[in-house]
Amino acid sequence: MQLAVNIVVLTAIYALISCGYVLVYRVSRVLNLAHGELMMLGAYGLLATASLFGGHPGLALAAAGGFALAVGVAVYWGLMLRMTGESVLAAVLCTIALGILLRGVVTLAWGAQQEYPLAELGWTNPSIHVGADARISAASLALVVLTALVYAGLFAFLRHTRWGIRMRAAGQNPLLAAQRGIRLHGVYALAWGLATFTGGLAGMLIALDSGLQATMVTIGLKAFPAALVGGLDSLVGALVGSLIVGAAEVLLIQYVDPLLSDVAPFFILLAMLVARPWGLFGTREEIDRV
Amino acid sequence: MSRIHASGYYRVDYAQDLRLIQTRTQRGWLFAALAALATFPWLADAFLLDLANQVFLASIGALALMLLTGFAGQISLGHAGLLAAGAFTTGILFKELGASFWVTLPASAAVGALLGLVFGLPSLRLRGLYLAVSTLALHFIVAYLGGEYEVRRGFSTGIVVDPPQIGGWTLDSGREWYAVLLVACIATLLVCINLLRAKTGRAWQAIRDGEAVAEALGVGVPAYKLLAFVVSATMTSIAGCLFAYYRGFVSVEAFSLFLSIQYIAMVIVGGMGSLLGALLGAAFVVLFPYAIEAAMQWMPFAQRVSGMVFAVNYAAFGLVMIGFLVFEPQGLVGVWRRIQDWFLLWPFRQRPLAASR
Repeated sequence: MQLAVNIVVLTAIYALISCGYVLVYRVSRVLNLAHGELMMLGAYGLLATASLFGGHPGLALAAAGGFALAVGVAVYWGLMLRMTGESVLAAVLCTIALGILLRGVVTLAWGAQQEYPLAELGWTNPSIHVGADARISAASLALVVLTALVYAGLFAFLRHTRWGIRMRAAGQNPLLAAQRGIRLHGVYALAWGLATFTGGLAGMLIALDSGLQATMVTIGLKAFPAALVGGLDSLVGALVGSLIVGAAEVLLIQYVDPLLSDVAPFFILLAMLVARPWGLFGTREEIDRV
Repeated sequence: MSRIHASGYYRVDYAQDLRLIQTRTQRGWLFAALAALATFPWLADAFLLDLANQVFLASIGALALMLLTGFAGQISLGHAGLLAAGAFTTGILFKELGASFWVTLPASAAVGALLGLVFGLPSLRLRGLYLAVSTLALHFIVAYLGGEYEVRRGFSTGIVVDPPQIGGWTLDSGREWYAVLLVACIATLLVCINLLRAKTGRAWQAIRDGEAVAEALGVGVPAYKLLAFVVSATMTSIAGCLFAYYRGFVSVEAFSLFLSIQYIAMVIVGGMGSLLGALLGAAFVVLFPYAIEAAMQWMPFAQRVSGMVFAVNYAAFGLVMIGFLVFEPQGLVGVWRRIQDWFLLWPFRQRPLAASR
């Protein structure tokens, strides 16, 4: 039972992070390898707002969310916009460089020691009994609920709203979309903003649950196999991929070897790349052209 | 390969075309460079020698990555994994069997070649982004295996490797290492140059520029792709073996993802598709943190961040990488060529057309 709860929580973590990879990849075909760092920046943003708006945790959370959204848009306008027309690989390397830059900046600004934004907000993190013999921490429960909300929101957004439809159009065929009068840069910026927002949200909740440190980046990197296993351009895929990777990780740690936890997602990733590179739900890309 | 010469030099037979050193000026520069490299250890102190040795070590790895990425067009995010493979092979053989240098070096090379084959297999089906990701995954797996060995055998902090003996001659001073690493580096460079001007190199460049076209021209694409991975991985593993002996210590922490990124940065900063670029990039990336540290001592606010040199390094390193990617995609070699052209054309100034950039 506890095992099932652990799997659900880890799946939710990976799902919340990996939808950021999917959002950016789906519209702009760029793999954002700075996602883990952006997530960490979002979490540190919460730390900053928590000390800024002392007694108002709700306000602090909202401000941190806005900050993450703004960071994502700024990353697009400031950096990724300049990589338009360059090769996809150059853009990916650019995100790697951005990640390193952010890691340095975050450490410079906040130091390397463990922080507890939960205490700053003045909340506690009680553990709640689920069923007979399992428990879940309040922050993890919030994470699971929020992940469900985010996914529901994203599905509704992409299906029914004007900007969501524009985003899908831009992802399917940028040229045609631009000719129909869709502002591609606006759409891309929005995708980056949303991706960073959801990633930042994940970062904040993980930080609330288990403290905040620069090593959080590894979680972001481990969520990436989840996105790829499901298919880099499919939200459903991200959810399923997270479940597969999360379950495999928890079970392997439980029954085989705790040291495997850092590589298990990558083993799955490799197996997937060999068998079905475009993922479970991804669209098969045109791989060769002269 | 060959650049335009100023004037007055024409090749008139094939033997001339095959020469490594084409003109007298080039020979002059080469001798000057070799003389400078030979006198350096007698002028430099231990610290500078260590820096030079690090640059040589990095150069071997950077040349190997340049072959793979810059010439064969196959991206690899797992270069540190290959270095780790070489270093761990050396460390494990030394620790378990007390093997000598002449055993560990070929063993590392063999492990590297094997891993290169494994790293290369995904490239037959995947390309671009997906290939990069698969090499990234392999990096983590190699690092995991190394860590597993450390933990299982109880060397949780790392494996200590004694200085190697080559023909009754123990390599334990900076100057001896300088000689060995310089020779290794020059040998690697020569292998690269010769590979690139032969059939193999032409096949790689054809694959890089257009896989389907290369295939139509009769290049065996899968075989040459695998060959690129195997050659690159073998060289890198040898660099890893030398690294293990030079440091006298092998530990997983030394081969993080950041190291892979550093090697990619060398290739980018140096300039894609140029061996000179690999050397320049290796020197740049190795010396960069020391330059930052030195610069920080001069700055007024340095006291405040002095405990966080590594964070400043990270930030500055990221900035430099972004700067090169955005503003100078041709890297240091591009800068170097512009300087060369400026001198060649002097006193005539030529403004390049906007479109020809």
